[in-house]
Amino acid sequence: MQFFGGSDISPLPPPPTASGNNAHMMYVFNKNGVCLLYREWNRSLRTLNAQQDHKLMFGLLFSLKSLTAKMDPTSVEKGNLGVPQLTGQGCSFHSFRTNTYKLSFMESPSGIKIILVTHPRTGDLRESLKYIYNLYVEYVVKNPLYSPGMPIRSELFNMTLDQYVRGLG
Amino acid sequence: MAPAAPRSGDAIFANVERVNAELFTLTYGAIVRQLLTDLEEVEEVNKQLDQMGYNIGIRLIDEFLAKSNVSRCVDFKETAEAIAKVGFKMFLGVTASVTNWDADGTSCSLVLEDNPLVDFVELPDTCQGLYYCNILSGVVRGALEMVSMKTEVTWIRDMLRGDDAYELQVKLLKQVPEEYPYKDDE
Repeated sequence: MQFFGGSDISPLPPPPTASGNNAHMMYVFNKNGVCLLYREWNRSLRTLNAQQDHKLMFGLLFSLKSLTAKMDPTSVEKGNLGVPQLTGQGCSFHSFRTNTYKLSFMESPSGIKIILVTHPRTGDLRESLKYIYNLYVEYVVKNPLYSPGMPIRSELFNMTLDQYVRGLG
Repeated sequence: MAPAAPRSGDAIFANVERVNAELFTLTYGAIVRQLLTDLEEVEEVNKQLDQMGYNIGIRLIDEFLAKSNVSRCVDFKETAEAIAKVGFKMFLGVTASVTNWDADGTSCSLVLEDNPLVDFVELPDTCQGLYYCNILSGVVRGALEMVSMKTEVTWIRDMLRGDDAYELQVKLLKQVPEEYPYKDDE
């Protein structure tokens, strides 16, 4: 697994500022792996080109979901690793944290995945991700000029997102 | 933080923006009327209404999931209940009842006593083959396809054709699990 900025000496995370953006970047994928949206507010190291970066992110989450579902100690099924699961079935992971960032994840049963990468001291973002999903419904799904499955090109959506994310702790 | 419980259809219906029921009925009637004029063949109109419903359904599912907070349904029975009690209530303001389960639990009927689309409507003799509410069958089919269920949705009873209620049969053909979309060597 490739970490962004993986050197031996871990750099200190940037101190969270009261105003200004605490989020680093955000991805939205649909169930076919198409990256519908990629927003970047604060990212200093870029190791891959955009296409590969998206594929890596999607692949990472796909595998993590599968792994967490199979390792679930409370689940009754004994599926094999690699057996395809229905979207949203089984347990779902919602975040992981490293010393430099926290990645929060939400997947809807329709396969829309929202990923938000923030500074590591961020709290539980599940409600925020739900709110972002609602924003997606209002500004993108209900937009008659948007074709489902295509990357999102909506200034209004981007603006509202930026405003909302800026307000996250 | 525990995840929020799914909200009931009534609660959501009270919170969403609503339009005037008559406006809705008359607009739908105008659409069907126009389709009949443009396409002339009743079968073509049925197909077109189904297609329009499908295009609506694939978007409607996200709004449904976002507003109602339902998590993944464990089986098709739960899905049918969710559509009838929460979905129909949220979008049409009426609830349906779920009946006629077959032996494997893959086919059921949604029965609507009250249908806001058909107020004031009468089918003339020239359009006896028309499924006036076919848009609903498209919507259900489209929405379920986005949650990995391939279904076949047909009208069994239709009040405009003389039956006593609206009955929509939903048959689950198969569940399509998620696949890794990229080829491994790319």
